[in-house]
Amino acid sequence: MAQNPSVTTLRSPLGRVRGMGSARGGTHHWFMQRVTSVALLPLTLWFAISAATTLNGASYEAAAQWVQRPLNAVLLLALVAATFHHVAAGLQVVIEDYSKTETGKLVGILLVKAICWLFALASALAVLRVAI
Amino acid sequence: MSSMQDSREAAMIGRRTDGTTVRRPLSPHLQVYDMMQMSSLSSILTRITGVAWSLGIVLLVWWLVALALGPAAYADAKAVLGHPLGKLVLFGMTVAGWYHTLAGIRHLNWDIGRGFAIPEMYRTGWAVFIGTAVLSVLTWAIALLS
Repeated sequence: MAQNPSVTTLRSPLGRVRGMGSARGGTHHWFMQRVTSVALLPLTLWFAISAATTLNGASYEAAAQWVQRPLNAVLLLALVAATFHHVAAGLQVVIEDYSKTETGKLVGILLVKAICWLFALASALAVLRVAI
Repeated sequence: MSSMQDSREAAMIGRRTDGTTVRRPLSPHLQVYDMMQMSSLSSILTRITGVAWSLGIVLLVWWLVALALGPAAYADAKAVLGHPLGKLVLFGMTVAGWYHTLAGIRHLNWDIGRGFAIPEMYRTGWAVFIGTAVLSVLTWAIALLS
């Protein structure tokens, strides 16, 4: 069995909490996950209804016209931004929970963030190309 | 500290009554707890549906990019999504999406400090399961009728 870990510090627990620890911001990731989840409630509902009705089996012209409407273009951009922020935050926690090594965890989180950024940018560029 | 190989171990330091440090046991222990309880099952499904949605959302990216590329690429995307297998994937996404959304509302309620009583936890858990079934069927009823 591995040796028991030990921690030696002159700082009190209260001092650590007030200084927000070495990470300086322990709740930001958690809080933004909640903020994006609240934003995604109306955005996802709007897109689900649109996907089931207007976009369901839509021709190229009809789909392009739908994206070209300013309200739809803006809401699509918001949906893409909130979705990929939430996906990256959620998958990061999954990776943190299950990765066995620090290297695996770091590489996994960076890969997820890179893929989410690229997908979000590709989606935004696609919306703008169709809409503008 | 030389034995610490993982940042998770920082959260695993406990003390015995005599003050000596001890490595905390891991919990939940997969062999001790019944994973089919409402508490654990609804939690596990929230994570699984979240990961499934994360994978499925690539279809939205593909659809948008295909639309931007032009009629030929859009026709390919439409053919794949309209194929029975494509529809099966979309139905799976509908179920995963509704489950994760309703379970997310349940979590937001917990986040503001409400709904922790065990009978209420069971009630909201069943509401998420039944709500997922009802809303998934309703979504596809709307899709098939429109």
